[in-house]
Amino acid sequence: MKIVSAALFKDCTTSIVGVGLGGIITYRHTYKFNQVRFSGSVRSSCYCCATLSSTMEKAKQTFDVDNAAVLVNELRKTFSSGKTKSYEWRMSQLECISKMIDEKEKEIIDALHEDLSKPELEAFLSEISMTKSSCKLALKELKRWMMPKKVETSMATYPSSAEIVSEPLGVVLVISTWNFPFLLSLDPVIGAIAAGNAVVLKPSEIAPATSSLLARLLGEYMDKSAIRVVEGAIAETSTLLEVKWDKIFFTGGARVGRIVMAAAAKHLTPVTLELGGKCPAVVDSNVDLEVTARRIIAGKWACNNGQACIGVDYIIATKEFAPKLIDALRSVLEEFFGKDPMESKDRSRIVDSFHYKRLINLLDEDKVSDKVVVGGQRNESQLQIAPTILLDVPEDSLIMQEEIFGPLLPIITVEKLEDSFDMINRKPKALAAYLFSDDEQFKTKFVQNISAGGIAINDTVLQLTVLSLPFGGVGESGMGSYHGEFSFDAFSHKKAVLYRSFAGDSPTRYPPYTPAKEKQMKALLSGNLLNIILALLGLI
Amino acid sequence: MIMASEVEEKVVFDTESAKEVVKELRANFVAGKTKSYEWRMSQLIAMLKMMEENEPQIVAALRDDLSKPELESSIYEIAMLKKSCGMALKELKHWMMPEKAKTSLTTFPSSAAIVSEPLGVVLVISAWNYPFLLSLDPVVGAIAAGNAIVLKPSEIAPATASLLAKLVVDYLDSSCIKVVEGAVPETSALLEQKWDKILYTGNGRVARIVMAAAAKHLTPVVLELGGKSPVIVDSGINLKVATRRIISGKWGCNNGQACISPDYIITTKDYASKLVDSFKCDLERFYGKNPLESRDLSRIVNSNHFARLSKLLDEDKVSGKIVHGGERDKTNLKIAPTILLDVPRDSLIMNEEIFGPLLPIILVDKVEDSFDVINSSGMKPLAAYLFTNNNKLKEKFVETVSAGGLVVNDTTVHLAEPSLPFGGVGDSGMGAYHGKFSFDTFSHKKAVLYRSFACDAFIRYPPYTRGKLRLLQAFFGGSMLGIIRAVLGWFKA
Repeated sequence: MKIVSAALFKDCTTSIVGVGLGGIITYRHTYKFNQVRFSGSVRSSCYCCATLSSTMEKAKQTFDVDNAAVLVNELRKTFSSGKTKSYEWRMSQLECISKMIDEKEKEIIDALHEDLSKPELEAFLSEISMTKSSCKLALKELKRWMMPKKVETSMATYPSSAEIVSEPLGVVLVISTWNFPFLLSLDPVIGAIAAGNAVVLKPSEIAPATSSLLARLLGEYMDKSAIRVVEGAIAETSTLLEVKWDKIFFTGGARVGRIVMAAAAKHLTPVTLELGGKCPAVVDSNVDLEVTARRIIAGKWACNNGQACIGVDYIIATKEFAPKLIDALRSVLEEFFGKDPMESKDRSRIVDSFHYKRLINLLDEDKVSDKVVVGGQRNESQLQIAPTILLDVPEDSLIMQEEIFGPLLPIITVEKLEDSFDMINRKPKALAAYLFSDDEQFKTKFVQNISAGGIAINDTVLQLTVLSLPFGGVGESGMGSYHGEFSFDAFSHKKAVLYRSFAGDSPTRYPPYTPAKEKQMKALLSGNLLNIILALLGLI
Repeated sequence: MIMASEVEEKVVFDTESAKEVVKELRANFVAGKTKSYEWRMSQLIAMLKMMEENEPQIVAALRDDLSKPELESSIYEIAMLKKSCGMALKELKHWMMPEKAKTSLTTFPSSAAIVSEPLGVVLVISAWNYPFLLSLDPVVGAIAAGNAIVLKPSEIAPATASLLAKLVVDYLDSSCIKVVEGAVPETSALLEQKWDKILYTGNGRVARIVMAAAAKHLTPVVLELGGKSPVIVDSGINLKVATRRIISGKWGCNNGQACISPDYIITTKDYASKLVDSFKCDLERFYGKNPLESRDLSRIVNSNHFARLSKLLDEDKVSGKIVHGGERDKTNLKIAPTILLDVPRDSLIMNEEIFGPLLPIILVDKVEDSFDVINSSGMKPLAAYLFTNNNKLKEKFVETVSAGGLVVNDTTVHLAEPSLPFGGVGDSGMGAYHGKFSFDTFSHKKAVLYRSFACDAFIRYPPYTRGKLRLLQAFFGGSMLGIIRAVLGWFKA
């Protein structure tokens, strides 16, 4: 790891591009990205955000703990002034995001193209329109979300009334990732703003064009006294993690998730961790094969070329059915991406050479390389790998042990489809699990037996777009959730408030304690009216 | 030190033993035993029965550990727990039902539901002040949600801990619910294991250790901590009722050794003397002329805490501020209800959680200044209380004071309302439980989207064309006209 980090910082000069560029602290590494991108070992330290090792001390830090402390202090001052708490401020900031997206759509698409060669339609559909609909929903529902929720009170505190009041947590940190660098940065920020917090966003340095665009745009459009962007890599992230936040929202890999949570523990900061995992798709033999094939492809290669946390990671089907499924996938793949998929403009590229090599490594493992039944072509200089399907790879292969996060799709075959449950449950809990089936009983069983962040039946990925569903993992795929009102909740404290009057004070509660008082209290707590009357009359 | 199922005193509970316990529970969880509605109900019923049949033993253990008065034990520990159990029994079917969720045009046609599923094998680490309630109340939630459970009661209340170990074996399904007794080494051994949730009740220092240990396994945590819970007393109130309710929340709650007990009072300079007089009068009425003799006050739990409290009281700038009480009895671990007036803000007693029978009063010029006093500490307490008849002040209080929970015109009673989440914020903790919140805290809320094979929209799929993009833009722009135009354009093209 030491060598790796040394390599990372050898060729880079870090400079402050502009403190005060619209109030945004843009500490940018102006190292040569191409060079970094192609020195594979370097990227191993950056997978899904950052490695926070002690070796970073070697690097020159321009964004140090003092900077971070100053930043948080400023935001805390703003928060304490009550500015971010008002309905008006929240609405105005959400409107700014909405306006920003409308006005800068082209720039956003260009940045995503630069970072990932993301096709325009995908960029529009999965990043821009998703962020917009999330923002729109918050604008529409904010008043309702903010309203204290009346709850029932019981005999124990009669007469009383009670409500649950949502209040902002304070100053929060959002650490985002590179695969959907726009959506996964702003979607949590929308929740944080809706809930009335001051926010620091740390976008991923692995999507540098989007990162710097976000820094610039948020500086231009948002209230910089409460919303900031800090760009950077490992050093900046670990610096940010040293200071006290009121919430940390992290999207990335499980390894860094652990580091984030351990850092948060020092300050008793609650965390939401949005991680990933190996999301299985179980395919029954009674399905509409064409629709199934299309929807699997949509959730794999048409979803950032498999580089999505809820993308399909592997398929489980029966031995007899697998060849049919492969034929269907092959023909739809050709329909979608043409005879030579390497030429298709409709798939994102592999983000960088580290990830390219990681994927090639999975593909070239001895017991795996001869299992390719579709695709397998690759082009290192363009960072492209064709949609590749592998049949019957062994369960102990690398490709079945780690999250693939790319255009490779292994198919595992089983005797009976029920066997898939064991296979899935032997692995850590995934962020999503998919089932294609026409069998109602089997669907019920699947939902009952498979634990994952979320489940979609007869489709992939779309559960993400349903804003009335919480989006978040369980076990290795993370903790906490967001989207829609759940985003508001993720950044709110639910304060319990009980109102009483001075009337109706009964001496029962108070010392000196007597057996009669004890009976009356028990009756009160039991909530049984008859008991209460009897106890008060001294009859029980 | 001893596992519930074994009674060999000498067996050391180390990492290996902890691993074995978790392995056994996980096997039973995976087998699906704890998931069924029937199992959950049977365990809740068994727990209810356990409390009904063992009330004298429980009261005796609490007397051993804390000299807790019988009424406090049977109300605040046993009856509260029964209530919690009863509610879970009554509501469980309803809680377990998948919750339907609305779907949008984007996924049309579809349906969606949020399914609650158990997390797996969970660890409950409990505290000594309400050693029975704070052990079993989270367990009720964990059972209701269908988890396998290890409970680690506090070694500082040893009689209750060993009673719990015995009762759990006698009444509950010990293949899925276990008690591990012990202190720091046992807790550390437990914390090395992978759990699917940890609920810890205690203090901020240990909570940090718990959370850091949990981070290694990506285990979510609920941390139920404490803090300095303030009481603001406005003038013009029914002083008699206010005084009684403060006394009841302070000395009537385990002699101040409760996480939501009033820690200090803020009142105006003008009103303070009236308030002190009222306290004096009611304290004597409640606990007699010699409160050290009263059987209606818990003792200080042990000599460490007695020494800690004495130190707070004996600090130079504080000891002269006592206006009521101050008597103590080291051998019986008793300290009389003690009120201190106008202690300096930089004193020890104003900078750590008191957790005992001492009650300082801070003076302000205007009652509105209280909010600043509370917020300037930067630490959010588990509870905050206000006594007033002024509605504007109530509103301002709810708006500006951040705490786990608030009560207006009473203390501590919000704990008894299962419709309110009970939990801290900031330094007072994270996560919440009670009532359905207990069920939720031990459940994973699984999002499930159901679709059919019908109506497959081609615009989702590659090859991507201008027409598809325009149609999508129109669709998400929400303009019907735009959609029609785009569709027409599509067909023309």
